[in-house]
Amino acid sequence: MEKLKYALFTGCTAKESTPEQMMATLAVANKLGIELVELTEASCCGASHLQDYDDFLSLVLNARNIAYAEKHGLTMVTICNTCQLNTAMTKHRLDHNAELKAKVNAKLSEVGLEYKGTSQITHFLYAIIDDFGLDKIKEMVVKPLSQFNIAPFYGCHNIRPSELQNETHKGHENPYKPTSLDDLIIACGGASVDYEEKNKCCGFHAELQAPRTAAILTGNAVAGAMDANADWMVTPCPLCHLKLDTQTHHASVAIGREVSLPVLHMQQMVGLALGCTSAELGLNHHVTKVNFV
Amino acid sequence: MDTIKSKQVTFKVFRFNEETDYLPYYNTYTLDVTHEEVVLDILNRIKWDHDGSLSYRRSCRHGICGVCSIKANGKGILACKTRLFDLVETFGSEITLEPLSIKRAIKDLIIDKKDFWDKHAQVQPFLVSDIEEHPAQEHLVSPHDAEKLLEADYCIQCGACHYSCPALAINEEFIGPAAFAAAYRFSADVRDEASLERLHVVNEEAQGVWDCVKCMECAEVCPKEVNPIEKITKLHNMVFEANIAKNNVATRHAVGFAHSIEKHGLLDEGELVRYSEGNIGVLKHVPVALKMFAKGKIVLPWNMPKADKLDEIKKLVKSSSTVKF
Repeated sequence: MEKLKYALFTGCTAKESTPEQMMATLAVANKLGIELVELTEASCCGASHLQDYDDFLSLVLNARNIAYAEKHGLTMVTICNTCQLNTAMTKHRLDHNAELKAKVNAKLSEVGLEYKGTSQITHFLYAIIDDFGLDKIKEMVVKPLSQFNIAPFYGCHNIRPSELQNETHKGHENPYKPTSLDDLIIACGGASVDYEEKNKCCGFHAELQAPRTAAILTGNAVAGAMDANADWMVTPCPLCHLKLDTQTHHASVAIGREVSLPVLHMQQMVGLALGCTSAELGLNHHVTKVNFV
Repeated sequence: MDTIKSKQVTFKVFRFNEETDYLPYYNTYTLDVTHEEVVLDILNRIKWDHDGSLSYRRSCRHGICGVCSIKANGKGILACKTRLFDLVETFGSEITLEPLSIKRAIKDLIIDKKDFWDKHAQVQPFLVSDIEEHPAQEHLVSPHDAEKLLEADYCIQCGACHYSCPALAINEEFIGPAAFAAAYRFSADVRDEASLERLHVVNEEAQGVWDCVKCMECAEVCPKEVNPIEKITKLHNMVFEANIAKNNVATRHAVGFAHSIEKHGLLDEGELVRYSEGNIGVLKHVPVALKMFAKGKIVLPWNMPKADKLDEIKKLVKSSSTVKF
């Protein structure tokens, strides 16, 4: 198989509040022999909030990010569900609306760029499942996670709206019964845990505006995983990770029950199974201690 | 060619009678279903062949009246439009049929939708227009203006989004996706004169658009592809455009992204929280921030990373901005 190569859109948290996610992404890519070209010029995607204030500005900035992936002639790979949604949504809107695309390109031309629509956009989760292949990952596992019950937490923006997400990755992920993360857990040798909240919202995007709502959603998610006898949780989204890893005190108060579980980034879970060290995967950067390694 | 014409499916059906039961229970029926059958056919077969007391709403059988919406394995559906074979493909051969909202169940699959209609009433879900009783000419809407509704008028008020919204399940004041879509539908209508009044309603804290958690459940569940969250985003935009956005944590949180991107290209996470909450409000985040700092999760202001070619980003933020706050 030809070596896989992607343009990496890191998003902001990988540079700030989830450094471990960046470390684990690079470690796993290295193990799998995937080449990642970082889009150092990329801006913030607006995280589903900038568009509430200025939708056109959000489109222009996201189109600029995609234009840089196009310059490399590569598929853009994201490592944050919300980056994935915002970028893929921009692509969808521009590819289906010539007038809007022309308006956005008029702005991009001011800085010598053009959005063409030639690069695909996919999340690293789907890149390793669809392009690299679950079977090959399975073959490369040296330290299977066979002692663990692992609760997958999918994160809204990778699975909804399905119509959009199915344009951007090959596997059909049904938002009411997603399977990608469960399949990956099993490929890594673990047991995947089924629970009601696995495809639900963590509350991250309303944390400041609606703190009670956000805290209850976080609490419900962790409680659901605990009640299903999970040893830990895993998520492909750094924003879900922040919520589930750092906010369990507020969540526990909000739902009136002490809840807490270690939460791994999807890349950290794969990295462990592939034999990366906990230092390579940044496991010391978690607020909720990863107590099993 | 051989095709599978029928499948055996086990149905767990929610039962509850507000007048006689303390707790709900489930009845189980195993039936052979054909590829042509929709969920409503199954409900009819259970009622007609097994238990005449099963209660559910049905009317048009054409996906337009919106009364037969229920949940199948947690997914909001129109019973009359959802093929069993499609459900089996997703969920396997055990299908659980429940009302849209268990806590609002009156009898079996029938719920009390009062809260749904109350939310609609809050946003004046009708055209407000002072027109002459005997106009000299027609009041025409051009195709271009009709497109501005973004098909929000396709809503059949089935309630699937309303009862799938996690924000609404927790915060009962929240107006919710269906009524927001209705607010947009009439406010975007060129003939309407109550747009500003509606925007004030959806701009209020707790009840308004700011409490949306962005889970996209409403976009996913809608059987008519109304895409309520798209309308919620539009309402946010209209609040800023009408210059009625209040200076509060929610509005500053949206605006703060533009400031941060202009300065760093990336989002300055710490500054976003400070700017959104204000210098006093931010203090409540200090305990978590300290824990995060201890784990290397906080970048100090002087170490804030910047995007390459920041001059391009600054230029685009200046030239492409369409609103002011």
